[in-house]
Amino acid sequence: MSTKKFMYLNRKSSYGTVYAIESLEVVLIAAAFEQDVSLAFIDDGVFQIINDQNTDGIGMKNFSKTFHALGDYDINKLYVSRESLEERGLNEGDIMPLVYEDEDDDWKEKPSVRVISNAELSKIMSEQDVCLSF
Amino acid sequence: MDDILGAEVDEEGFLVNLGDWTREIAEQMAKDDDIVLAEEHWQVIDFLREYFDEYQIAPAVRVLTKAIGKKFGKEKGNSKYLYSLFPYGPGKQGCRFAGLPKPTGCI
Repeated sequence: MSTKKFMYLNRKSSYGTVYAIESLEVVLIAAAFEQDVSLAFIDDGVFQIINDQNTDGIGMKNFSKTFHALGDYDINKLYVSRESLEERGLNEGDIMPLVYEDEDDDWKEKPSVRVISNAELSKIMSEQDVCLSF
Repeated sequence: MDDILGAEVDEEGFLVNLGDWTREIAEQMAKDDDIVLAEEHWQVIDFLREYFDEYQIAPAVRVLTKAIGKKFGKEKGNSKYLYSLFPYGPGKQGCRFAGLPKPTGCI
């Protein structure tokens, strides 16, 4: 089976709709097929990977913890739109410190998240075989 | 609806309420599958429960295999070993004994 480049676009915040958790489930399922997977967070999607989420008040599962497992699934390319962060009064320091262990570099922990401009993001999107928008 | 020691389970035998889990339930589930839980089974079951607590998902078999090898030694980090403990699949059967939902992506 040949490898394709899959990008999952996350454009909605975590808990108002089912899109965010559904996207994450699809990503984890697709990971089993060992494709080249990346995730992009734009618009309200940036709220999905914000630090210190607490869902006690809404009685829902805090699935933000699951993003920390992505490294184990060899998913280590998470792109975040700098413009979308800024529009919401957020910056890089508000994002969860997600890491992966680099098998080719003595299992050193490396950051998975990259904050980039929309222009850079468009370029990466244009290089994909498949883009799925949630 | 079926139950195991009073705890509700779905049609595939997975606990409906994760909070119902006890070690006795795990032992009963294993007994129903003709397995006696030994130390080696509990290593995996306890690991699955810790993983779920931390990440809110049951790990895929590939991830479980790698993690078990890292934690308990290389000789245990392979699917042959894990299948010898859980013949119906470390993901599916292991997660069921551990009181977790079926792993995401498990068919």
